[in-house]
Amino acid sequence: MRAPRRRGRVGQERTNWTTLVILLLCALTVLLPLYVTVSMSLKSTSQAVDGNAFSLPAPIDFSGFAQAWELTNFPVAFMISLFITAGTVVGTVFLGALASYAIVRNWDRRLFRWSFFYLLTALFLPFPVVALPQIQLTGLVGLANPVGVIILKIMFELSFSILLFTAFLRSIPLELEESARIDGATTWQTFRRLIFPLLAPMSATVAIFAFLASWNDFMMPSLIIADSAQQTLPVVQSIFQTQFSNNYNVSFASYLMAMAPAIIVYLFTQRWVMEGVTQGAVKG
Amino acid sequence: MSTPVSTAAASAGALVDEAEHGSVDHLAGSGHDRRGRTRVDPVYYWFLIPTLALFTLTITVPAVLGIFYSFTNFIGFGDWQFTGFTNYIAVFTDPAILASYGFTFGFAIVTVLLVNVIAFLLAVGLTSRIKLKTPLRAVFVIPMVISGIVIAYVFNFLFSNSLPAFGAAADIPWLSESILANPDLAWVSIVIVTAWQSIPSTLLIYIAGLLSIPGEVHEAADIDGAGAARRLWSVTLPLVAGYVVINIIIGFKNYLNVYEVIVGLTNGGPGTATRSIAMTIFTGFTGGDYAYQMANATIFFIIAVAISVLQLRISRGRAAN
Repeated sequence: MRAPRRRGRVGQERTNWTTLVILLLCALTVLLPLYVTVSMSLKSTSQAVDGNAFSLPAPIDFSGFAQAWELTNFPVAFMISLFITAGTVVGTVFLGALASYAIVRNWDRRLFRWSFFYLLTALFLPFPVVALPQIQLTGLVGLANPVGVIILKIMFELSFSILLFTAFLRSIPLELEESARIDGATTWQTFRRLIFPLLAPMSATVAIFAFLASWNDFMMPSLIIADSAQQTLPVVQSIFQTQFSNNYNVSFASYLMAMAPAIIVYLFTQRWVMEGVTQGAVKG
Repeated sequence: MSTPVSTAAASAGALVDEAEHGSVDHLAGSGHDRRGRTRVDPVYYWFLIPTLALFTLTITVPAVLGIFYSFTNFIGFGDWQFTGFTNYIAVFTDPAILASYGFTFGFAIVTVLLVNVIAFLLAVGLTSRIKLKTPLRAVFVIPMVISGIVIAYVFNFLFSNSLPAFGAAADIPWLSESILANPDLAWVSIVIVTAWQSIPSTLLIYIAGLLSIPGEVHEAADIDGAGAARRLWSVTLPLVAGYVVINIIIGFKNYLNVYEVIVGLTNGGPGTATRSIAMTIFTGFTGGDYAYQMANATIFFIIAVAISVLQLRISRGRAAN
């Protein structure tokens, strides 16, 4: 019983080297697939085809990127992904905040109270359950395209954003608003100048979730968007699988270009992403 | 560093507040009148009604329509007739569908256990006294921002080239061929990639949980002479039990929807060995099985609701404590 105690004591005071080494090894399993992606994408076709994932590119060859760029029509897929993501993020934050404000401020009205629970039902609804009718209906009304994906995505994300926004709005003291009202502000002005800015930290969390859910999504765009020329970056990777064939440098260049934007955004917003996900997940 | 803790604690607290006091401040909305109800500012309707309408059109109508069609013989277009529970009876005896449920649930259980054990241990490591804490944490979260299908393609290459090469070199027969082509092992690849991708969010929740434990608890256990492993099992784990439950339920719910990782690795194969529920449902759109797969989807929906209800009950129970 004595030895472990002493070891525990020492561990409390100094850096725990054993733990650090184990964690560094674990971090390697995260970084290894990323290293493989980068190094494969920089190889020449003849070097990539030998199938050795871990060798360094020699010589470094950027032609994979040029070919992937052309083959998959990267700029178009990127813009469509960006369009869907931006639309989803803005729509989820904006519609979610507006609806939540209306609900919280009129909680004594049945319509608003019921709307809250009604909009939350989507939390229990996995996309595959309604996918078939949604494919059918979006096709019918001419929304089998990126705009249709944005609308559906917002509606699925909405429940979660309303859950977060309403909880936060309930904590804002009413006196703040009353003083604005006395100064003659309308409901819309109060929302725009006072409430929406106050919601900023929650909006960031909602935006992060909406971003992750839309930028990386494969299931919904692949099923809803009918024209493969309007597909998003993740879906494009699967469409061109057969055409990449054994040109691994081209396929990995394409994967890297699909991954890079989100990783870059993450590197600059790490702290927000981590806080947002923690906060959102513990609540949701 | 303390921000994630406080936000997590605050939001957990908010959940309690919401459950307990949700109805308390409902008078606040009516503003500064005495007792009678004031007229609702019509602008509020503009804030809410368009969203309600859109939600109804895009979620409720398809859901109701889908459930409706599950009682017919609709094939996706053209005429149809009511067939009662025929589809449901057929679903329950269809070996392909039963196999997809077996696979999906087995996969979800294995993945949820694996992810939670690894994420919990990583979280313990990342909250202990070590150097490089912040960069390490940043690295562990990276997989969360990567598209599932793209990383599945990367792993597909590793599983079909690097792993067999390793197996051949180490003279392990079953590893010398791609596990993706092995009906008994293909599911392992899906577990690995799904775990790789979903450990970060689970990890972040555990970190929040571990940081919410006051330092004195550990000191007390330390003074009592508890060793590190013992302390982890009988002091730390019970204190984050609520977080374990949250992680297991959220994870399980997500893993039941498994789809894109399978598309990127095995596409349901070899044969139909790794075909998930979602994949089976989607065949309804191309295979003329629309109504039949909607019956399947409806059953899946009932299961999803049951799990969510369980989640609500447990989090309510926690809030009450």
